[in-house]
Amino acid sequence: MTEPLTLTVNGVDYPVNVDMGRNLLGVLRNELGLTGTKEGCDDSECGACMVLLDGQPVNSCSYLAVQAEGRSVTTVEGMMPADGLHPLQRTLLEEGGVQCGFCTPGMIMSASALLERNSNPSDEEIRIGLSGNLCRCTGYARILAAVARTASEG
Amino acid sequence: MSFTIAQTLDEALTALAAGARPIAGGTDLVVGVRQGKASLPSSLVAVDRLDELALIEPTDRGLRLGAGVTHARLMTDPKIVAEYTALADAAALVGSPSTRNVGTIGGNVMNASPAMDTGAPLMVLGAVVKLQSAQRSRVVELSDLWTGPGETTAATDELCVAVDLPSRPTPSGSAYVRLEYRRAMEIAIVGAAASVTLNGDGTISAGSVALSAVAPTILAVDDANAVMADQQPDAAATAIAAVASDAALPISDLRASDTYRRHTVGVMAARAVKAAARRASGEEIGVPVNRAIGVGAVL
Repeated sequence: MTEPLTLTVNGVDYPVNVDMGRNLLGVLRNELGLTGTKEGCDDSECGACMVLLDGQPVNSCSYLAVQAEGRSVTTVEGMMPADGLHPLQRTLLEEGGVQCGFCTPGMIMSASALLERNSNPSDEEIRIGLSGNLCRCTGYARILAAVARTASEG
Repeated sequence: MSFTIAQTLDEALTALAAGARPIAGGTDLVVGVRQGKASLPSSLVAVDRLDELALIEPTDRGLRLGAGVTHARLMTDPKIVAEYTALADAAALVGSPSTRNVGTIGGNVMNASPAMDTGAPLMVLGAVVKLQSAQRSRVVELSDLWTGPGETTAATDELCVAVDLPSRPTPSGSAYVRLEYRRAMEIAIVGAAASVTLNGDGTISAGSVALSAVAPTILAVDDANAVMADQQPDAAATAIAAVASDAALPISDLRASDTYRRHTVGVMAARAVKAAARRASGEEIGVPVNRAIGVGAVL
């Protein structure tokens, strides 16, 4: 049995009919076609599925789509300005913080939430802010450098 | 299948009376369902929009935490950090920022994991839980709430609406220390919370210790007060290590053997006592202790 609901994603209201058990990640990707958000572990461990819910990072793999009704969801697609890249996207590319790229959308969501509430984070605060996001390629150092540079460039 | 977002507490309690199960952040429930450990209840009522469950408010006996208070708020609330520091230590170790943004104290308590991080701090701080149904309301001691892994004495129509913490004696301090293999998305290998009150000469006048992940429920160390009373903190810590290891009833699983857990829970208990005593003496140790000092450091 499906539930009709409205999901507000990147400022757009999407009417959808979904089973109560569907996770937000699956609905974003398969019903709304927003495939920037990735499925990694499907267990809240890796953070590839990170989205913002009312501005705070949440693992969309382990969050029911019906839980998100009435809240504002932001995905990586909603981070990009009309012209060019978000500053975190640009610094991640320039610092070499992207290799396979699978973790990158989740990293951007966690980092953007961190910088939104703390515009000048310490290295330790950046590590904690990204502690729910795994990367298997870069060794993290270049991702941390990209976030620090984004903060310093304001 | 039905999913309702409760707008009022009455609406939530009515739904529970009709057979619905509550969901707040869903960080235990939804993960468990997706792992196949549980099936999704056919009827869910979301309780995460209820303002009255999101309050942190002083009472004439101490501090009331609404059941919907998130870990992110517990670890940063100035009154909790200053007076109920072990709880802030624990909240700061839960999951990752995303877990802490939606996971709640009520959810952690009622999920009743023996490895839960907030349980041992709540026990040493003397917390009680307020359960409410459409018909009645009652206050339950934690020792009367948890009966086994995932098991509580709450009826299915009862919702945990608040956790009440008594006022803190002066000078007192508390701490929660967890053995962990990694810093995020970790479950306690073992953990220990301690609360101590000091005499003027620096000896311990009263204290309590509780342990995580070494028994079917969070385990209070019954002899803790007798063992620590009138001792200097270092001597109390040495004594409590042996008592805590003796009290533990650990199992072996993929994260640790029973032998390792029995030994290390004593080490964690000693460190928690030392950190609590340092806080009681007025020293500022940042939250969580695991990061401020390092769980591997000698206190």
